[in-house]
Amino acid sequence: MKNLNRYGYFFIAPFWLVFLVFSIYPVALTFYYSFTNYTGSGEAQLVGLANYKRLLTDTYFVEAFFNTWKIWGVNFVLQMGLALILAMIFSDMRVKLKGIAFFRAIFYLPNLITISSVALLFGILLDWQHGSLNMMLMKLGLISDPINWLNEPTSAQLSISLILTWMWFGHSFIVVMAGVSGISKDYYEAALIDGANRWQTFSKITIPLLKPILLYIMITSLIGGLQLFDLPMLLTDGIGSPDGSLNTMVLYLYNQAFKYNNYGYAAAVAYGLFVITLIFSAFIFKGMYGKERKQPRQV
Amino acid sequence: MIGKTAVDNSLSNSVQKKSVIETKPKRKISIPKLLIYTVLIVMAIVCFIPFLMMLVNATRSNEAILSGFTLLPGSAIVENYQTMMSYINIWAGFKNSLIISVLVTLLSGYFSALTAYGFAFYVFKGKNAMFVFMLVMMMVPGQLGLIGFYELCKNLGILDTYIPLIIPAAASPFVVFFLRQYILTTLHPSLIEAARIDGASEFKIFHTIAIPIMMPAIATMSIFTFIGSWNNYIMPLVVLFSPEKFTLPVLMGFLKGSQVAQNLGSMYLGIAISVVPIMVAFLFLSKYIVNSISAGSIKE
Repeated sequence: MKNLNRYGYFFIAPFWLVFLVFSIYPVALTFYYSFTNYTGSGEAQLVGLANYKRLLTDTYFVEAFFNTWKIWGVNFVLQMGLALILAMIFSDMRVKLKGIAFFRAIFYLPNLITISSVALLFGILLDWQHGSLNMMLMKLGLISDPINWLNEPTSAQLSISLILTWMWFGHSFIVVMAGVSGISKDYYEAALIDGANRWQTFSKITIPLLKPILLYIMITSLIGGLQLFDLPMLLTDGIGSPDGSLNTMVLYLYNQAFKYNNYGYAAAVAYGLFVITLIFSAFIFKGMYGKERKQPRQV
Repeated sequence: MIGKTAVDNSLSNSVQKKSVIETKPKRKISIPKLLIYTVLIVMAIVCFIPFLMMLVNATRSNEAILSGFTLLPGSAIVENYQTMMSYINIWAGFKNSLIISVLVTLLSGYFSALTAYGFAFYVFKGKNAMFVFMLVMMMVPGQLGLIGFYELCKNLGILDTYIPLIIPAAASPFVVFFLRQYILTTLHPSLIEAARIDGASEFKIFHTIAIPIMMPAIATMSIFTFIGSWNNYIMPLVVLFSPEKFTLPVLMGFLKGSQVAQNLGSMYLGIAISVVPIMVAFLFLSKYIVNSISAGSIKE
């Protein structure tokens, strides 16, 4: 029977063929380009570390880095806050809420919609003078003058953060709830008998046991957030107006490559983005597991 | 499985249940509970109101939208549709997106199952190294190879075709990883041995025994693969040039820069057409999708 093991290669061969050609090779080729001055046509000339030196002093890239962080950070705090509060409410044994399936579905719905449609929709909903959002808020008496959402740097960034929150809090809520449902009911019953209040139950039982799930949400959200592209691309003129406040790292990469034909430099931007993602993922991991040398619970 | 927390009812069911409770005089709803429900309902409205505005405005004329806000539908939907269709053919984008997403889902499902089975049930040289390498590559963000990918497609002459959007799906490390974990716990090697003794070939065993057992996990992953492909924007944006080949998300971007943008009613209608089918599909699949997200995040 031993000789059947060679079949293993047949089973994994198609995967590796496609993987090498369409994933590994492009990543390697991009790495090579990051050391050249390639412009999309003609010969690529090696320029050493020039692209990376430029990257470190490029104010646009640094600005894009901070923009991306601001937009992602505000969104993440809001999104996780909402998800955790909702999870706390729905997992509370004293108030047995009905309709979790309904609320879960409604809260999750925005996540399913194509981001480019979302961007386009908010582009016209948030319009300064003719947008339905301003008109509605004014009709409700919440604001007296229309807010120029997308034309002022701070409010433009905030708008994107809020749209991202709107899109993602339902998803985080579902994932957190999945983690909560994996926690044994015995803990909660014991806490109830011991007279723990809601906050104690939540902070002493739910949160510590949810650590692996929270880590998962944080890292996937960070990786996704650092790749923010569709919304700023379609909500603005494509280069991150107003005042470059919506210029994110991937938008910068895209424009450098496909708008200005600086392929070599754009390749360096891609690797810069990759290194940043790695560093921050490692930080999060260490921050959550560094202090206590405890094995994460396998759910 | 997961998601058995409280009430796993369908949308309408849970709404009905709630109203039943409210009309029952015996079971009083406490004030904090009422407050919580109010907040939840407000949140649900906030979640839904952009879509509601979209649907309402899709039926209103440009002038009506510019003049004021209402949640009452208008009567200009036919004109809006005609204006939109005179500039872009949204159904073509729909068809393109559907073709690509279906093929991507099939390719990803089949080849990932094949690879997962190979990794799970055979012993061969370099297996572990290859698996670890695959896991490491899983961490690499898609944009990293974007420029190299574009150059590769240019040199292969497959720019402005669907090949670069479809074929790479045959190598989906995350799906392989998920399916491998799944099949290791669900398919016992003795079953394979028994089939071998009965004279079944290796690929026959895979197709008739392994695939059916893996089907629930493949279905779970297929949902994400399909949604991911359907919503993908940057890849088709980079790879496709001809408007008639555009996928729905790229077409949406194209819509923004076109003459249609002058007519808000038509814009809203175009967006609505791109959104409503997904909402309808979600209405039927919501429970399944929600459970899949739970399963996907917990299995890791």
